[in-house]
Amino acid sequence: MWPQQFDYQRADSVESALAAIGDNGKFIAGGHSLLPAMKLRLSTPDQLVDISRIDALRGITNGNGNLSIGGAATHAEIAASAAVGAACPALAQACGMVGDQAVRNFGTLGGNIAHADPASDPPTALVACGATIHIQGVDGSRSVSAQDFFVDLFETDLQDGELITSISLPDCSDCQCAYVKLPHPASRYAIVGVAVCLKMDGDTCAQADVAVGGATVKAVKCAGAAAALVGSSLDDAALSAAAAALSDDIGDWLTGDVAYPEAYRSAMAGVFLKRAISAASG
Amino acid sequence: MNVSMTINGEAVSREVEARTLLVHFIREDLDLTGTKIGCDTSQCGACTIHVNGKIAKACTLLAAQADGADITTIEGLAENGEHHPMQTAFWENHGLQCGYCTPGMIMASAAFVRDNPGASEDDIRHYLEGNICRCTGYHNIVKAVKQVADAAAGGA
Repeated sequence: MWPQQFDYQRADSVESALAAIGDNGKFIAGGHSLLPAMKLRLSTPDQLVDISRIDALRGITNGNGNLSIGGAATHAEIAASAAVGAACPALAQACGMVGDQAVRNFGTLGGNIAHADPASDPPTALVACGATIHIQGVDGSRSVSAQDFFVDLFETDLQDGELITSISLPDCSDCQCAYVKLPHPASRYAIVGVAVCLKMDGDTCAQADVAVGGATVKAVKCAGAAAALVGSSLDDAALSAAAAALSDDIGDWLTGDVAYPEAYRSAMAGVFLKRAISAASG
Repeated sequence: MNVSMTINGEAVSREVEARTLLVHFIREDLDLTGTKIGCDTSQCGACTIHVNGKIAKACTLLAAQADGADITTIEGLAENGEHHPMQTAFWENHGLQCGYCTPGMIMASAAFVRDNPGASEDDIRHYLEGNICRCTGYHNIVKAVKQVADAAAGGA
């Protein structure tokens, strides 16, 4: 299926990309979210500016307790990155579960979150692990937390003409994080995805962050479930309390369909919370 | 716009519309029809090719995105008139039924075994999750890939 006609140009710097983008233009990196949307006429830009070969957008670095991932880094690069694996295993796991290897070779983290598919994996890991999205526009740059970046179904805080330059995460080498999901049997998109980030003080959970995607219209941070874990030894009673609290956390954001209705997804979110904690602690 | 790339070792250059998908460029501008279009939504893998050595779904890339790239399609896998070992293994194990998914299966499998000699059956089945055989002939496909993976590990 052919997309509608557009002009295409390749940018060699962030500045030239921002200068080139018109009123109805889109940035393209891997194009693995954008092109399918364009084929279906869900997106009809009259201009594409290719940012995939801008070196400044591609690097993955870890320094001063801060992991930084270029907006045009691919899922495959992130999943295979030793720096990401050490600093934020949950994100490496999530990026390794996107689509298949061919999709991961070209799809990028910046493109993924700009698209904000609720059933995609990386947003859930980013929200749980306290990521910050760094954005540049012609008028300057700004940063927004992943939690605030995801606004609603396919809706983000990104404004027209703005470009995601990088995504940063606190280096969580002293915490334990994991992302697990219940994949749709055909599409492998998340029916439910859960990410947890735990800091343990001996046997006691000193800090917890939990996020859910797939079951919800966007990646949702779950404060109630996290509060039920903090101070516990992650015993069965605490896990059950957290799973119960999780239902309330995601209640306003739940989504479902005929095959996997809201109530099923909500129940599975609790199950996968326990699995995520087990994966993080293991 | 003009796009130039190397396909199966040969430099090509054509004027195309910006919206030309790489798979259409390969099939219609270059007449290399071994690469198939199946779902056209990056799920089925019938259009799998190698772009700079990495597997790609040619239905979800613009020809413009591949400007300057080194591309291999199923037509370029054989060398000096000899089938690639993966082609031979698909032949020997009858790793196909209707054959429509076969070029994509072979391109994905060839890249996988190149990078993962000695891969297990589980690894192979997981890797091929992006290539769908609607005849459901997976058993012999996996057998073929395992044969090449084992041989690659033995020869290493």
